[in-house]
Amino acid sequence: MADIPIKSPARQPDIHSIKPVDVFHPSWWIGGALVLGLAVLFIRLLVTNENLQWSVVWQYLFSPEILAGLGRTLMLTFLSMILGLIIGTVIAVMRLSRNPVFQATSWAWIWFFRGVPPLVQLVFWYNLGLLIPEVSIAIPFGPTLWSASTNSLITPLSAALLGLAFTESAYAAEMIRAGIQAINLGQTEAAATLGMTQAQTLRRIVLPQALRIIVPPIGNDTISMLKFTSLVSVLALPDLLYSAQMIYSRTYQTIPLLIVATIWYLVLSTILTLAEHYIEHRLKDGPPLELQLILKSLFKSKFWGLRRGEAML
Amino acid sequence: MMPLLNVERLSKDFGTHQVLKSIDLTVAAGDVTCIVGPSGSGKSTLLRCLNYLEVPTSGAVYLEGEPVGLRFKGDKLYRMSFNELSVQRQKMGMVFQGFHLFPHKTALENIIEAPMIVKRKGRAQATEEAHALLDKVGLADRADYYPRQLSGGQQQRVAIARSLAMQPTLMLFDEPTSALDPELVGEVLAVMRQLAEEGMTMVVVTHEMSFARDVADHLVFMDGGIIVEAGHPKDVLSNPQHSRTRSFLARVL
Ligand SMILES: Nc1ncnc2c1ncn2[C@@H]1O[C@H](COP(=O)(O)OP(=O)(O)OP(=O)(O)O)[C@@H](O)[C@H]1O
Ligand SMILES: [Mg+2]
Repeated sequence: MADIPIKSPARQPDIHSIKPVDVFHPSWWIGGALVLGLAVLFIRLLVTNENLQWSVVWQYLFSPEILAGLGRTLMLTFLSMILGLIIGTVIAVMRLSRNPVFQATSWAWIWFFRGVPPLVQLVFWYNLGLLIPEVSIAIPFGPTLWSASTNSLITPLSAALLGLAFTESAYAAEMIRAGIQAINLGQTEAAATLGMTQAQTLRRIVLPQALRIIVPPIGNDTISMLKFTSLVSVLALPDLLYSAQMIYSRTYQTIPLLIVATIWYLVLSTILTLAEHYIEHRLKDGPPLELQLILKSLFKSKFWGLRRGEAML
Repeated sequence: MMPLLNVERLSKDFGTHQVLKSIDLTVAAGDVTCIVGPSGSGKSTLLRCLNYLEVPTSGAVYLEGEPVGLRFKGDKLYRMSFNELSVQRQKMGMVFQGFHLFPHKTALENIIEAPMIVKRKGRAQATEEAHALLDKVGLADRADYYPRQLSGGQQQRVAIARSLAMQPTLMLFDEPTSALDPELVGEVLAVMRQLAEEGMTMVVVTHEMSFARDVADHLVFMDGGIIVEAGHPKDVLSNPQHSRTRSFLARVL
């Protein structure tokens, strides 16, 4: 290489003695100012708009009717999740079995309950009596042991539980199957060479490892379920939303009562998100979490993500 | 004297691909048998047929005179269920190339798991024995480490201890050092040498020719699903009879 003459900077200050000026992005400032302005306008609307009637919101926030609805929403969320997970585990194990009848059945179950919207299911289960007027338990070609009319069995609650739990079971089955399949075959082989039976291997080696994979999406699903329970208002089941609707149909304070419901949904989903973070962290056997860290991670959480993590499977 | 392990006309097909072709092999109690051969020659498949991780297409494996995985009832032959097989597998420890430690358990918990769950030993006794085994493989100070906190060589030594905890009569090793960085190979081989000196019966698939030369009582060279040549390692290594053995040895020695 030829010598490149080094340009000696003539009257420049010493590079070590002064600080460089940071890169300036006008768009950061203009964009930021714009969004901030909109946020201020929105907050002003919340505070000053008289239709919001904050005093009414406050009056109903802890009213017995709303709290009873809140309780039903929570009960529906957890019962549908538990029922859905139990059915989902059975479906997942059927999916993984070598019996082609089990495989086909579980495939059809998942296909159907992932394909039909929960709202359609709720209405359908509620009207099951039109399709099957009577259910009975009988010895085939023999005497009937027990029978009842479908309409007496299908209450708004049981219809809601069926619809929500069956939908959940289809998603849970896929998560549980993926969790079990993610465990390296070497793990089961190592357990087999130690003389462990299949049941011991599943219980001691495979499920504990699969659980770490399954728990985060289940937490995510619980938060989704909380919001999906609001669908039961079509069955006139007084959950949180329907309780609010019943009140405003009497008092015409529509907006304040919707805000009451909104506040409670936000409170519950925030609590569930924090709980999910805590459990997830514990499963990674990390050090004890500080509240500050949980709150910080809240904004990176799946709370804002895709519903049910379908894209992740 | 009856050999500890006897393999008779063992064949294994994967679809149309015949991987093992009528293998005969005997292993006397206390002997170390090393199996060497080029990649794809069927060494792992043979080892996995011994404890029925692979089901042989035909032929039989006898452990202490009992057929593995099969059971006579009258004049009929039945396949064993998984649970019956697991009783036989307790006698055959196996060490894998990829360690396969249980990642959700510490080194100690990995070792006490099977004695407690399968043999129903008490935790105190299992823990005491596990500490002795960890001491034996030189990891007395790593009992409470999780596998991911251990080096490859340390993981493999825990895996050996985990197998030994079931007090097997036979240990199978499938390339136990192939996944290790070169500087970690020695510590695992040292543990295996010590086991051999203590009289453990071992079948070892390996590429470590110096280990085979020094430790093996019997060296088996496999190629294309058959045993091409077998004998005392000194004879096979210094005076190979077959051209296939010669060309393999020329490549690895
Ligand atoms: N589960 C399987 N399905 C189909 N083919 C298989 C299976 N396992 C092994 N094979 C085939 O059998 C042959 C022998 O494989 P094997 O793993 O026993 O060889 P190996 O001697 O252990 O080789 P390496 O030294 O690479 O480990 C290979 O051709 C392999 O592709
Ligand atoms: Mg191999």
